[in-house]
Amino acid sequence: MASTTGIADTTPDVTEGVEGEDGVRRRDFINIAAVSAAGVGGLAVLLPLVSQMAPSKDVLAESTTELDISSLDVGQSIKAVFRKQPIFVRRLTPAEIEAANAVNTSSLRDPQTLEERTKPGHESVLVVMGVCTHLGCVPLGAQEGENKGEFGGYFCPCHGSHYDTAARIRKGPAPSNLVVPDYEFTSDTTLVIG
Amino acid sequence: MIRLVGILVGLGFTFVVLLAFVTGAYTAATEEVAETAEHAFHEEAHGPEAGYSFDGVFGTWNYAQLQRGYQVYKEVCSACHSLKFVAFRDLAQLGYSEAQVKAEAATWQVPGINPDTGENEMRQALPTDYFPSPYPNAVAAAAANNNAIPPDLSLMTKARHHGSNYVYSLLTGYQQPPERMLEDFPDAAPGTGLYYNPYFANLNLAMAPPLTSDGQVTYADGTDATISQMSQDVAAFLTWTAEPALIKRKQTGLPVLGFLLFATILAWFAKKQVWADVKPKRRKD
Amino acid sequence: MSFPWAKEYTPQNGVMKFFDEKLPLPRFIYNAVGAGYPVPRNLSYFWNFGVLAGFFLVLQIVTGVVLAMHYAANTQVAFATVEHIARDVNWGWLMRYTHANGASFFFVVIYIHIFRGLFYASYKPPREMIWLIGVVIFLLMMATAFMGYVLPWGQMSFWGAQVITGLFEAIPLVGPPLKTWLLGGFAPDNAALNRFFSLHFLLPFVIAGAVILHIWALHIPGSSNPTGVEVKTESDTVPFHPYYTAKDGFGLGVALIVFMTFVFFLPNTLGHPDNYIEANPLSTPAHIVPEWYFYPFYAILRAFTFDFILPAKLWGVLAMFSAILVWFFLPWLDKGPVRSGHYRPLFRKFFWFGLIPVMAVLFYCGGAPAEEPYVMISQIATAYYFLHFLVILPIISSIERPDPLPFSITEAVLGSDKKAVLGENAEPVAT
Repeated sequence: MASTTGIADTTPDVTEGVEGEDGVRRRDFINIAAVSAAGVGGLAVLLPLVSQMAPSKDVLAESTTELDISSLDVGQSIKAVFRKQPIFVRRLTPAEIEAANAVNTSSLRDPQTLEERTKPGHESVLVVMGVCTHLGCVPLGAQEGENKGEFGGYFCPCHGSHYDTAARIRKGPAPSNLVVPDYEFTSDTTLVIG
Repeated sequence: MIRLVGILVGLGFTFVVLLAFVTGAYTAATEEVAETAEHAFHEEAHGPEAGYSFDGVFGTWNYAQLQRGYQVYKEVCSACHSLKFVAFRDLAQLGYSEAQVKAEAATWQVPGINPDTGENEMRQALPTDYFPSPYPNAVAAAAANNNAIPPDLSLMTKARHHGSNYVYSLLTGYQQPPERMLEDFPDAAPGTGLYYNPYFANLNLAMAPPLTSDGQVTYADGTDATISQMSQDVAAFLTWTAEPALIKRKQTGLPVLGFLLFATILAWFAKKQVWADVKPKRRKD
Repeated sequence: MSFPWAKEYTPQNGVMKFFDEKLPLPRFIYNAVGAGYPVPRNLSYFWNFGVLAGFFLVLQIVTGVVLAMHYAANTQVAFATVEHIARDVNWGWLMRYTHANGASFFFVVIYIHIFRGLFYASYKPPREMIWLIGVVIFLLMMATAFMGYVLPWGQMSFWGAQVITGLFEAIPLVGPPLKTWLLGGFAPDNAALNRFFSLHFLLPFVIAGAVILHIWALHIPGSSNPTGVEVKTESDTVPFHPYYTAKDGFGLGVALIVFMTFVFFLPNTLGHPDNYIEANPLSTPAHIVPEWYFYPFYAILRAFTFDFILPAKLWGVLAMFSAILVWFFLPWLDKGPVRSGHYRPLFRKFFWFGLIPVMAVLFYCGGAPAEEPYVMISQIATAYYFLHFLVILPIISSIERPDPLPFSITEAVLGSDKKAVLGENAEPVAT
């Protein structure tokens, strides 16, 4: 296709003085049309070439995760995998809920209440992506005995971001709270994420 | 010099290959080539009389047929044959809803591990799982089948000449070995555990006739489950498993060819225009 | 490039002027395939196939890079990743079919290009170097295509690798260790698959480099033409652009229509069903054949069935490689003073009634099972193949009395009936 693309710009050379003005116009038209058709074809070829790099069907099929939290006790966390990334599910203790609600949201970098970050009726279940919003490391704090940071939630060791019990950013370079993915409770103990 | 060497080399190769020809011709003239039973009795695969819905440039899937074919695979073929490149999620392409796919997957057991103990165990399949193999490994498959491992069926219709027709012919082609063959080629008689089928490459195959009686499968849509019907349904299903994109491919091809035809005609006129001022000079001279 | 009347590149604006001073790439392209390259005005459609070959090289590289993004060269998963491409990757089936059929069409185009060169004796001075580089490109293509066919790790991939590397075993003394070294093992396995993938990715870029040399060498004497008479004056030529860009554009359209018909409607016709069965080192398919574009050479390989001093296997391997190597010597084997087959009555007869049918026979027999009468037929055809290039061509080129040539290309185009010049039964043209 590339070989035809140059026709249009030199067409005047070819036609000058050979034919009348009408002929020039007709000739220009057919050449421009041919080159345009080649251009359209070239653009159409880009569609498969670009979209082949988007997630394939098998990747998309794994974009939802079902999670059973029936064995999750108060104060415990589960580290699960959602779209090949860690996800933290934690049943907050009353003390942690209180600590989260005690914060004045207007003082936060990313103002959100715990209620906004949980589902109605399940305020004690906090589901967040285990991906630091700074540069994508996995924060500590989901497992027993890990550093929970200055605010008792999560702590990212890469660049020192501290998250509180509602996984909101409180200190350090991260720009926003740990992301709450799309999810819903299909029953009291079953979560469908994604 | 080069030409002299070339002529010698050329004559050398010619001499040697003609020697081979003469010996070959002598052998061919003096020794009779034994006719083989395969050559004499193998038959070319053919499809059902009405053909398939996906045949031809404008063909499309017959989803009801694909669903019936899936049922035949599930109830008959899957006892021995895997379908390892097909995932349960792919069944959505046969016209099943997401919930139906999930429910269908759940009727299958796939190998998994116990999340608490880590021990191997079977679990319900999820839509993301692939169809399981009926045998844990190739040795088990061979042991259970008289050393003939049942092949995976995912690509069967692309892995045989006349794919879809081959599956149909093979399934409907079991018969008694012809008398004449038994007389002429006593060695070709099916041995123990082998079954005569003229559509199979060497006439005797280890697979017992899988579809033996009409009504072996009870179709949900009430279609009469004759052996021919079941065979063509499962052949259609296996055509889909071998190439799920078959219809999309044809439907993409038509506009692509249409566009190319249009663009080429334009290119022809453009070429004519460009050359117009070179050619007329001929008349002036 | 070397014609005094070639148009000179003049930058149209400041940006182009800047480029022209610092890195004259636009000038380079203008002189290579633009208005700055004068081309004989009488080229037939047989001269389209060089550009078409370039197109298919680019197409193979683009689709190949795409496929490499999704493929894994490991015997455990290679077959499955190819299926993954066809089933799950967006438009993956199109990429794969385009690449697989693109290889076939690349060879179709190259074979026509080569036979154009053979009929019009384009290999004759002053264009020997173009021809020699061309043969190198063909050899590189064969190596690339062979290794590419191994990658899907189907039955034909595996047994193709086994048989082709087995050819090296025929070499006395070093053969068996050479085969083991090529495969990195005793049979095709992971090591072989990985190195074939690496080289299959590398070689197309080597080909692209060789193509640049091929075109560079072409621009020194300029293109040949159907009369074989060299360009004399400006009236013999037209600028490449727009004349031949327009003609190549139309030719590309026609080629794409045929190609896309195969990609969308007959994608597996040129392939082999056995390659949809995963490689099984313990079971050989009943009838193994290479890809169709290797058939003539495969037929020559199998034609040698008689141990004469050397073992038959070694004769076959020698003959197969010689069948291509002989092309390297064509410029010196064919000593005739005239290039174009149109003006060489004897040469023309041997070409149309000897070489072409023999190649057709070799193509057919190479794909047929190794049984009679195919072996005997390919033996006769092989004998003619070597006789044609090594004996007949040197002899007829010295004894032949060529027909009178037109004085110039312009005369050939304008001076008489076009059919008499370009057609089959060319009469003496001078009028």
